[in-house]
Amino acid sequence: MFTHDFVRNAYLAGTFIALACGTVGWLVVLRAQVFAGDALSHVAFVGAIGAAVLGLDERIGLFVATVAVAVGMSALGRRGEADDTSIGIMFAWILGIGILLITLLGTSSQGGNGIAATNALFGSIYALGPGASQIAAGVGLVVSLVLLAGLRPLVLCTLEGELAAVRGVPVRALGTLFLIALAVVAAESTQAVGALLLLGLIAAPAGAAHRLAIRPYRGLALSAAIAVGSTWGGLALSYEISSLPPSSAIIGLAAGCYAAAAVVARWRERPGRLVAR
Amino acid sequence: MTAIRISGAGVRLGGRTILSDIDLEIGAGELTAVLGPNGAGKSTLMRAILGLVPLAAGSIEVLGRSPVAARRRIGYLPQRQTLQRSLPIRGIDLVRLGLDGTRWGLPIPLTARARARRHAEAERALQAIEVVGATSYAERPFGEVSGGEQQRLLIAQALVGDPEILILDEPLDGLDLPSQAALAALLRSVCDRRGMTALLVAHDVNPLLGYLDRAVYLGGGHALAGTVDEVITAPKLSALYGAPIDVLRSADGRLVVVGAPEAPHHHGGRHGTP
Amino acid sequence: MNPTLSPNPLTDLNTLLQFPFMVNALEAGTIVAVTASVIGWYMVLRRQAFAGHTLSVMAFPGATGAALIGLPTSLGYYLACGAAALAMGRTSIPRSRSRVGETAAIGTVQTVGLAAGFLFLSLNHQVLGGPETLLFGTFLGINTGQVSALLVVALVTLAAVAIVARPLLISSIDPEAARARGVPVVLLDGIFLLLLGLAVAATSQITGALLVFALLVAPPAAAQRMTLRPGPGLVLSIALALGIVWIGLAAAYFSPYPPGFYMTSLGFALYLVVSLTRRARR
Repeated sequence: MFTHDFVRNAYLAGTFIALACGTVGWLVVLRAQVFAGDALSHVAFVGAIGAAVLGLDERIGLFVATVAVAVGMSALGRRGEADDTSIGIMFAWILGIGILLITLLGTSSQGGNGIAATNALFGSIYALGPGASQIAAGVGLVVSLVLLAGLRPLVLCTLEGELAAVRGVPVRALGTLFLIALAVVAAESTQAVGALLLLGLIAAPAGAAHRLAIRPYRGLALSAAIAVGSTWGGLALSYEISSLPPSSAIIGLAAGCYAAAAVVARWRERPGRLVAR
Repeated sequence: MTAIRISGAGVRLGGRTILSDIDLEIGAGELTAVLGPNGAGKSTLMRAILGLVPLAAGSIEVLGRSPVAARRRIGYLPQRQTLQRSLPIRGIDLVRLGLDGTRWGLPIPLTARARARRHAEAERALQAIEVVGATSYAERPFGEVSGGEQQRLLIAQALVGDPEILILDEPLDGLDLPSQAALAALLRSVCDRRGMTALLVAHDVNPLLGYLDRAVYLGGGHALAGTVDEVITAPKLSALYGAPIDVLRSADGRLVVVGAPEAPHHHGGRHGTP
Repeated sequence: MNPTLSPNPLTDLNTLLQFPFMVNALEAGTIVAVTASVIGWYMVLRRQAFAGHTLSVMAFPGATGAALIGLPTSLGYYLACGAAALAMGRTSIPRSRSRVGETAAIGTVQTVGLAAGFLFLSLNHQVLGGPETLLFGTFLGINTGQVSALLVVALVTLAAVAIVARPLLISSIDPEAARARGVPVVLLDGIFLLLLGLAVAATSQITGALLVFALLVAPPAAAQRMTLRPGPGLVLSIALALGIVWIGLAAAYFSPYPPGFYMTSLGFALYLVVSLTRRARR
């Protein structure tokens, strides 16, 4: 399998994108900002399509759109995040723009753009060239390291905002930076698993980790491990079974881990058992 | 020696004057309760001491410096928020956050020195937990222990940084009477052993009777300070409120303040309005 | 066809109503507006916009799965939305750690649905030729049969909401107090999700999976910014939704852009205006 270029590229990009997803995802779930992640993923799609309409590189559209919306959402809310309703509204509006863009796309050129839309929606990890996959891997690695560097202040802000403010942690700025990091991860992951599915790679491994481990660092490591493992497994599976799209395989594995974690957690917590985890 | 000196302080929030002309001196090593009805400005006063709320008039000096500069030497326990009840973290990790929660950088000790520091911090966290008597349940998820136990862990978190002043906003809120008494005793012993100054906001002075050095009573935007017996008397409180107040003492020594008007209470009191 | 606006609105209205497809669109739009805004009002109150979005997304696997197995598309919609509603209902039961865990569960359900949908699509050897239709709707291509079916489901949904209206309101605002008064909160939570799924399944066949969400969120959110009283709030919510749909359809008729775009933009603009005026007034 690894003799093929496209497979190696996919694994390179996929590993570090998954690392970033697992890391940011653990924090996203902790901060209860999964919906914001969902919104950003759809924004990523609109960004990609918009870039296609304008004839630009898809990645420009991805990153510009997601980061801009992340900053906007952050400005709308307290401690740098937005509430359920505001996210929903902005989200719906972005979708409207997406509709418009798709119509424009449809009228501007035929055929090829159905593919562009599909790729943006469901990922095209096997289509990444060596340069693109290296950049993707690099971005994933950098985002993961940045998040790790700010891990403790982020956790403190999330769990005890007042205390963090008193201790001099810039709560609002950190909140905004976090959303920007989430935006970058969303834009990144669109290339791998697509805009519609990247939420799964952000939510499922993190959800599983939160159910199983309550120590912060262990949880984070577990989340990253599940994300990367699902990616490796998914890529391998879809290589063997040609009718299985890689993104579906990856997400399927990640979701399976979540379900398994839920079962294990419920079994651990059955009445009569004192647990220290 | 004075730990906190407040002169002529005034605070305005949202167009209303919450506090005006407050003169207070809290001595080092004293356990002081800040009392008063809802909306009197107790939390606001605490936040002013922490430098979180700007003064419209007067000055506050903490440990001889400005509130913002002195923040590092203050351990703070904010008001309980309902969200906190389900924190997905162990008690001991929460206490550790009190030490390294503000530290940037990879949480992986890469050098021997970093490892040694990590070890030392783990020790300090365990000690703080022992001081508050939470050793038996510190490893359990925070959301699974009782209210009183949670408050102890939060106090440990405030203590772990070795502060000189402890500010606690309604630490006894929502606890049953035995837990309240136990926490009050704990605070007293911590103050005695460490020479710490402690300031706590409370609704009811009774669980704290016998442990307090001084009481501060807030009302009508002004403050009265002194020992409990000096402050909580009918004439003094009536003068504070400008309205007839009665102070009743029951057979077992409990104090009841009757007739204190509650200030118009704005919703969202958890986040900065009194 | 590029009709132009005349200076007289009544003439425009008559122009619109000449065409049966337009009449159908308006009728369907009206039904959708009313149903979505009523259920959406509760959804916004309960801060379950994320769950609502997930349910609307389930239309995708529903449709593609139905195509794969050979079931009628409508059935696929209802089954998928129903299954998702049940799945989400189960995950909200352990309330202790619900805030952290629940959203991760919803996100996972949504993604699994989408991944499955994509899988069905590939298994059926189809390419997403028209993602627009599935996701964004076919307002202007509805026949009378579809309108009737929609009407039936809408009436059933609205009747159900009317029955549980009061208990649902109490348990949405203060679950603890409601429980103390004997209201079956957990049961109502599940029922609400099912109703939401039903409404979404029915309406998204017309408006498309992603657009129905805009109608679920924007009018009620704007209405709740203006008044928190339930009665007037619901009425206002319905009125706003009707306005958005009618204006959106009319605008789409007279211009080359799709109705969905106008509706979402109107909704967003409305919410923005309402929020800003409230902030300014303080």
